[in-house]
Amino acid sequence: MSAITTTNLTKKYNDVTAVDGLNLSIEEGELFALLGMNGAGKTTTIKMLSCLIRPTDGDAVLLGDSIKDNPIAVKQKTNVSPQETAVAPNLTVLENLELIAGIYGRSAEASTKSAKELSLRFGLDDVLKKKAKTLSGGMQRRLSIAMALISDPQILFLDEPTLGLDVLARRELWASIKQLKKQVTIILTSHYLEEVEALSDRIGVMTKGRLVAVGTSAELTRQTGTATLEDAFVTLSGGEL
Amino acid sequence: MKILLFSKRNAKEILRDPINLFFGLGFPLVLLVLFSIINSAIPAEANNTMFSIENTAPGIAIFGTAFFALFSGMLLSKDRTTSFLMRLFASPMTALDFIFGYTLPILVMAMVQGCITFLAAALLGLPLSVNTLLAILIVLPITTLFVGLGLLCGSSLNEKAVSGICGALLTNIAGWFSGVWIPLDLIGGVFKQIAEVLPFYHGVEAAKGAISGDFNEILPHLAVVLGYAVVFYGLAVLALWRKMGSDKA
Repeated sequence: MSAITTTNLTKKYNDVTAVDGLNLSIEEGELFALLGMNGAGKTTTIKMLSCLIRPTDGDAVLLGDSIKDNPIAVKQKTNVSPQETAVAPNLTVLENLELIAGIYGRSAEASTKSAKELSLRFGLDDVLKKKAKTLSGGMQRRLSIAMALISDPQILFLDEPTLGLDVLARRELWASIKQLKKQVTIILTSHYLEEVEALSDRIGVMTKGRLVAVGTSAELTRQTGTATLEDAFVTLSGGEL
Repeated sequence: MKILLFSKRNAKEILRDPINLFFGLGFPLVLLVLFSIINSAIPAEANNTMFSIENTAPGIAIFGTAFFALFSGMLLSKDRTTSFLMRLFASPMTALDFIFGYTLPILVMAMVQGCITFLAAALLGLPLSVNTLLAILIVLPITTLFVGLGLLCGSSLNEKAVSGICGALLTNIAGWFSGVWIPLDLIGGVFKQIAEVLPFYHGVEAAKGAISGDFNEILPHLAVVLGYAVVFYGLAVLALWRKMGSDKA
């Protein structure tokens, strides 16, 4: 069953078209990666799907609800981990998790229970009482993703989740994301091709606001007649090998 | 429920910063003691009540709220630039949850700050009465104005700019033009005229009127403060509203 269906989804900023007529279908439980150069329209797409900005044209239906007609219903079943580490710095790890759970309507007891369960899953149980600002970059990223998961979203948007992390922290985060596969529908944006290859079920390549190709890593390389995903991506983005 | 949760978060975020605690609670007390020392150095025969506790305490209580513009502006700016606000905008929170969530904890802090300032003033000789409670309530409209200014700046400027405008600039303007540091009659002229156009002097005079029991003095001054508060808080609400629906959280 389709979790996300976009129909001619378009976003224009004055004369600039950031996302141009996006038609896409993502299955429930799928981890779909959006690849693209800077300014390709990946983050704008995520912002529209998470109801942060309204499309100029077209629509998207997330698990039966339109982002245009029923954004509150969409917001209840989605969550976002933004590109930046979006945590409350002077709140403890536990307080950060409880805050988001409470905002999504969980009772105080349920919030604390979920916070403790998630902290175990994300290796944050030893730092529950520590202020978020005292954590390492990798730990803050993990907290940021845990905050996005505490509302039990059916659809999760991960915008450049490992940006700026060292190799070890990135691998740890990959392991956490892999645990979510099949349970949550995930749209991931990333500049790291090895990350996309390791995590995603399918990949969509965006160039200048348009979705130019969709498929598995193997399908994209076959389609472009290239040897690697990186070469396929360069070809599809209009670059030269 | 969401308002309460977000208010609690904002209160913790502000109060867990020791610099905020110093400026929010400590600085007014330092000013009280300093003015008290100056007052005690003035010979009784000079018959000068310029720095008497009845004059300085209401002024300091009002001036102390200027720092709330800095607190609210910095908090919103930080939330915006770290994308914490984007995370919240993607949640089912409404515009009212945001606006009240940023405002309510600061109004409570202003009341607490006012209580502490007047209690400290009582230790320095200010007689406490029902009028003191009225003066504490008068702190609220000017606090709303400062929160509005802070949120207005925080919704579009970065932390550095907010600290410059709401910290250095606004506190100096509020300090000099409120007549707290130097009575306006001593300077007079254009300076006094400008001060009378701005809301800070009127806030201080309304609080002084409350403390002295001169109730006729309160309303005209309070009306000016309320006018400014409505305009700037209204602009801040609009700015936040636009930000919620804008293309950049």
